[in-house]
Amino acid sequence: MLVSNMEILPGKRISEHLGLVQGSTVRTKHLGRDLMAGLKNIFGGELKGYTELLQEAREEAVNRMVAQAEAVGANAVLNVRFSTSSVTAGAAELFAYGTAVILE
Amino acid sequence: MYDLIAFVIFLTLGYVFGQLAEKKHYKSIREREGELRKIIAVNSRFPPHDGVQRAGLLVTGSVVISVDYFKRFLAGLRSLLGGRITSYETLLDRARREAILRMKAEARQLGADMVFNMKLETSSISKNARGKIGSVEVLAYGTALVPVKP
Repeated sequence: MLVSNMEILPGKRISEHLGLVQGSTVRTKHLGRDLMAGLKNIFGGELKGYTELLQEAREEAVNRMVAQAEAVGANAVLNVRFSTSSVTAGAAELFAYGTAVILE
Repeated sequence: MYDLIAFVIFLTLGYVFGQLAEKKHYKSIREREGELRKIIAVNSRFPPHDGVQRAGLLVTGSVVISVDYFKRFLAGLRSLLGGRITSYETLLDRARREAILRMKAEARQLGADMVFNMKLETSSISKNARGKIGSVEVLAYGTALVPVKP
């Protein structure tokens, strides 16, 4: 499965357009990480735990999107976009969407 | 009274460690930007027409970064008077540059020479009770173009 955020790919022709596919996940962090982040809020700097958490969640969202694309018989997802929104305090929704296509 | 002492301690800790962390971070950002300068990252939507066969792959880079206690206090003061909040400007600047660097590093690992259709996304993840910024997440993503050997 080819995943890209461009509308066209060099040297490839789109033979069929299969519509929008999407994947999303809502994640929250456990208390230990929250405590560490609270400390970091005093000292400043990167919150590595949160970076990892969001990366994992984003991968999960992409995997779900890819699974949906496979289900409709696509071999590539183009024009992928990401979006993040905080649903409640301490939980974030990660959303990935794109266009499922069949490339020649 | 204890509150005041704790406040002063947090302020000093934030000032000292925050300044150190920021200086160190900016130094490492400048070094890595020099190393990765060869990889072009642009937000053009269409691939180049230079006759080279390339394969496209999605690359991402993200970072969550937090502002320190001292700077948050400064920003609070600033919002009374209005004007530029420099302490948050550097926070966002660091986060964006770091995210782009991580994306470029991933592109280099794949053997790409350029990243097209680069997009940046910023979101504040920890909504404090007081509704202040606190920490931000920046995500940079784009399509890495890897030259294909014929």
